[in-house]
Amino acid sequence: MPEIKTVTSRAGRKAGRRHPMASVALIAIGLLFTGGAYAMFSTSTARAESDLSSQQTIDEGKKLFAANCATCHGLSAEGSPEGPSLIGVGAASVDFQVGTGRMPLQMSGPQAQQKPVQFTEEQTRALAAYVASLAPGPGLPDPALLGADGDAAAGGELFRVNCAMCHNVAGAGGALTEGKFAPSLAGVTEAHIYEAMVTGPQNMPVFNDMNITPEGKRDIITYLKYLENNPSPGGFALGSLGPVSEGLFLWIFGLGSVVALTVWITAKSN
Amino acid sequence: MAKDDNGGKDQAAADSSSVERVGAPAGTAVVAQDSIANPGFPPHRLRVTDLDPKADRRAERTVYTLFYLSIVGSVFAIVAYMAFPIIPEEPDSVRLNNLFIGLGLTLALLALGIGAVHWGKALMSDHEGVDERHQVRGSDETRARAVEIFQQANDESGFGRRTLIRNSLIGALIVFPLPAVVLFRGLGPQDENPVDLLSQTMWREGTRLALDPSGIPIKAADVTLGSAIHVIPEGLQDLEHGKLEEKAKSAVLLMRLRPEDLQQRPDRVDWSYNGIVAYSKICTHVGCPVALYEQQTHHLLCPCHQSQFDVSDHCKVIFGPAKRPLPQLPIAVDAEGYLIAQSDFTEPVGPSFWERP
Repeated sequence: MPEIKTVTSRAGRKAGRRHPMASVALIAIGLLFTGGAYAMFSTSTARAESDLSSQQTIDEGKKLFAANCATCHGLSAEGSPEGPSLIGVGAASVDFQVGTGRMPLQMSGPQAQQKPVQFTEEQTRALAAYVASLAPGPGLPDPALLGADGDAAAGGELFRVNCAMCHNVAGAGGALTEGKFAPSLAGVTEAHIYEAMVTGPQNMPVFNDMNITPEGKRDIITYLKYLENNPSPGGFALGSLGPVSEGLFLWIFGLGSVVALTVWITAKSN
Repeated sequence: MAKDDNGGKDQAAADSSSVERVGAPAGTAVVAQDSIANPGFPPHRLRVTDLDPKADRRAERTVYTLFYLSIVGSVFAIVAYMAFPIIPEEPDSVRLNNLFIGLGLTLALLALGIGAVHWGKALMSDHEGVDERHQVRGSDETRARAVEIFQQANDESGFGRRTLIRNSLIGALIVFPLPAVVLFRGLGPQDENPVDLLSQTMWREGTRLALDPSGIPIKAADVTLGSAIHVIPEGLQDLEHGKLEEKAKSAVLLMRLRPEDLQQRPDRVDWSYNGIVAYSKICTHVGCPVALYEQQTHHLLCPCHQSQFDVSDHCKVIFGPAKRPLPQLPIAVDAEGYLIAQSDFTEPVGPSFWERP
């Protein structure tokens, strides 16, 4: 009888699952998982906390600073005619300027341009640790604020009030005076957006925690990441530059097809 | 050369009249004889569809295929409307909805238009014809008849004779639009002088400076160097009536510079606090919000017409079409450390108007 057979085989499998070795294996896997997760968690916090304050990192950063930055910023970061003093700018400023490739400066001009990042993450951290050790300043942002999991609508309102006049309402960037410009915010990491708001790099004003609260900054990051990850409801955004690119498109393709159709309508049939 | 019936007649009449005037006395306008002879039409060339029956059938096929395609496009648009509905929570759905409905309607209209034009060009009769423009002036008979009709209407109605009726009718027509003027005036500000409305803002002595949009008051100690803060008067966020009108006048940009970077006029030394300055955000050119602040150069840029203001020198105009510096809001600090206004702006904010002092 096939029914009885299946029942017995199912019972056999059940008995196999209750084998003593299975529970031992389960406990072993559970221990491995919690231990591993704990190890991962503790190392990540250790990187954020202890790296910046350990003397070894600071010394390493001091060497990197002397070799790469001191020409303009001075041997002890006191500044020179070529570069501003870095005393009190904080780790956030270093992480932004070096981490986005703006520093070391490629050439002098209206503003520091982005270029391929020159230092590894550890080297950037060491430099940040050294500059942060000189005087208190804005530190690296709390990772809990960088998850882009805030209120995108509230962030959009804050962005339109505080940021959109320079960076464009869709974060596409825009022109300033005498060759300076506000860069596009597409593809900028959450940490760098946060650090830019706190430190006000170059001609950007500072947006401290009174002006835009840390939660507000998280919402702004959420808004920018929402724009980045969701396609424009209106179809082709054409760079989100507004009337310039849209007008150009219409003048060339819209009027172009009107002219082509007119020529075709009035031409004699062969 | 095929000619329309009336075209030929009109042309003959025009020719005879110009011939009559050739010997006209000096001072009379004479239609100049064209020195270049009318070349006429180029020789008529038969189309492929006229010569080759195959091409004729092919063109016919093309035209009706296009019309059928137009039907397909219309049906596609209806199907797309149902297949890609707009879901309120998903902005992406708007894009697909618009895209496919638009493609369907484009196909429907474009195929219809192209088919019609192709039909006209390739299949319909293509003989060239001349249709002369008829003269603007009517014939003497018609003109006399028109005068007669007017005369008769005047006699029968008594319009020229009964002057009391005529004049009262003209008077009624003149008075008739006046209610509209009064009604439209009622839509404007009542019992308020527009000049005062433009000259005064919500700022009063002691009004705290608050963050836009939250309305939280700002402490002077919290304004870090290099900050640019968008400011509204405290209480504006709670207004229920005329909120936007008040905001449009009283929006302020608060900036903190190093005190040694500020070049202060003697009479305005106490208008700033510890390098913190507040200026109207409304451009004096045509009223755009000026808020592109460069914290290193201390320049403010108006995005509309590129006027530039130097914040370190009382926002004087250094470039662009603006003619006056941005009005400065005199600020101070109250007992609790909050930034307050010393008074309203001392001049009207925004662009010029006729009665501006």
